[in-house]
Amino acid sequence: MKKRDYYLTAISLILLIGFIFYADNNMDAYMVRILNLCAIYTILGLSMNLINGFTGLFSLGHAGFMSVGAYVTAILTLSVNAKVQNFFLKPIAAPLSNVVWPFFPALLLGGALTALVGFLIGAPALRLKGDYLAIATLGFAEIIRVIFTNTQTITNGALGLKGIPAYTNLWWSFGIAIFTIVTMILLINSSYGRAFKAIREDEIAAESMGIDLFKHKVLSFTIGAFFAGIGGGLLGNLLGTIDPLMFRFTLTFNILLIIVLGGIGSITGTVISAFVVTIAQEALRFLDQSINLGFVVIPGVAGMRMVVFSILLMLVVLFYRHGLMGTNEFSWDKFLNVISMKKPLLKGGRK
Amino acid sequence: MIKMTLDMFLQHLTNGISLGSLYALIAIGYTMVYGILRLINFAHGDIFMMATYFTFFGVLFGGKWYIVFPITIILTALLGMLVEISAYRNLRDAPKISILISAIGASFLIENLAIVIFGGRPKAFPTIPLFTSVVHIRNISIQRLTFIIPVVTVILLLSLLFLINKTKTGMAMRAVSKDHETARLMGINVDRTISITFGIGSALAAVGGIMWGLKFPQIQPLMGVMPGLKCFIAAVIGGIGSISGAVIGGFILGIGEIMLVALLPSLTGYRDAFAFILLIAILLLKPTGIMGEKISEKV
Repeated sequence: MKKRDYYLTAISLILLIGFIFYADNNMDAYMVRILNLCAIYTILGLSMNLINGFTGLFSLGHAGFMSVGAYVTAILTLSVNAKVQNFFLKPIAAPLSNVVWPFFPALLLGGALTALVGFLIGAPALRLKGDYLAIATLGFAEIIRVIFTNTQTITNGALGLKGIPAYTNLWWSFGIAIFTIVTMILLINSSYGRAFKAIREDEIAAESMGIDLFKHKVLSFTIGAFFAGIGGGLLGNLLGTIDPLMFRFTLTFNILLIIVLGGIGSITGTVISAFVVTIAQEALRFLDQSINLGFVVIPGVAGMRMVVFSILLMLVVLFYRHGLMGTNEFSWDKFLNVISMKKPLLKGGRK
Repeated sequence: MIKMTLDMFLQHLTNGISLGSLYALIAIGYTMVYGILRLINFAHGDIFMMATYFTFFGVLFGGKWYIVFPITIILTALLGMLVEISAYRNLRDAPKISILISAIGASFLIENLAIVIFGGRPKAFPTIPLFTSVVHIRNISIQRLTFIIPVVTVILLLSLLFLINKTKTGMAMRAVSKDHETARLMGINVDRTISITFGIGSALAAVGGIMWGLKFPQIQPLMGVMPGLKCFIAAVIGGIGSISGAVIGGFILGIGEIMLVALLPSLTGYRDAFAFILLIAILLLKPTGIMGEKISEKV
């Protein structure tokens, strides 16, 4: 990395911190919430991209991982009073009723437990390949949801949890998002990352080069689950309420949309498309309201937005398979070239 | 565990068999498509859902059931072909992950279009006395439908097996499922054969949908998701690609589910997890399923 790039990175980080500071103080609650969601979806998108994009394991279990993280964090941060109010059908199981943790340890434990769940699911499921793996991980996510619906004394069952303290703010969400991005970049460029990519390209070739397939697959799966759990925890403490129905396949679909749009296997693409998709989902809310075309009034139905997004997903897959960035990444060289409209130098720096 | 009389057991068993027959009908669609394209047709459950709506509106506009049912079956078959042409045909040579994403997109598109067009609120499926009236045998009272469903399933299964094993179209389907390129060289119209496969699978899903609606008379746009997943599981249990396997898997799943709830009522809440646990167990123990062929990987 050149010295210039260090400076540019530092300057943009300072600008970002300045922006967060400004947004935190001056923007209204709605805007702040959208920005929080953008950052959280960045974390979730990156964690899914690590598994699906970089390691080539088509996993659809993300909603399940998120629910583990969200529930662990929420239960640990709920105040004693809120717990009494929430669990009015059956009281909460004994050791949990008086436990109130600060946000960060709760979030970490949420991530760690999700990673453990990811490991336990991955160890048997990763022997499968392709669409079998997809359907098995989808199955595990459903099993987690069904379990959470039935464990009345721990998760409050179908009633869900309300009044979760709103600890998630811009500093937490963007801080963790940046941490996730940096971790992913370091991981992808390490020997582990190269092994992941080798597995994605060709399992048999990778194995014959001496890569332990199972170890690397489980590792990627577990790390992905960890960040999904953290993202879920942030989401729960942002929204204030969670219930098992939130963590249906639709949630996984949203994250899948982000990584497909951004380019499966590109960190930059995921970050950009997490912001674009999240903001678009808010901006397209008008589609769910009535539209008057003069001769006919289309009644507003919740679902029009999802129609648009499903069509978008299909169009991207059918005609623009590599998404926004393909497998390319951001670099200052390319960025400056684009800005100054200079033609890139040929290989070796020749004009 | 609760004590069960013979009558109760028989009642549960007949329920299980009729649910299993419905699962089998839908599972055949999955297994046929997988056999020919190596693809999970995620939209299959939603095609099944659309069939119930076609019937609902047919009867709503005053159609008699013997007119509405065939029209439903034809419309659903056309819908299945439409999904194949629009979502899968362009991706024949694309990486598997793209096809899978396209399938998920198609499924979400149908679901949400249904929500937009029909509304999210559940609708009451019409009752047709010929099918839904209750008969009493000894102490058990059973809907006529409970007997009709397995009979219809068996008839359809036999005709399908005849079609696949004895006719020219069936021969083409078997050829395409082995190797697209070679089949094309032999003068088979691959795209048309795949379309026909989707059409037949969707038509069977339509029959399943109509009977599902008669049995559980409440329909809503997301009703296809769970049966869809479960029937895919049934197809995997039976050995994906094998039609009789799909039927066996359907029966195992249907009877197993009903018996689980009947024998262990405390586990009722876990009913939907049962199928997935079964799936994971079978994938780990015998990934090719009960009737499946072993496919060795070529380098």
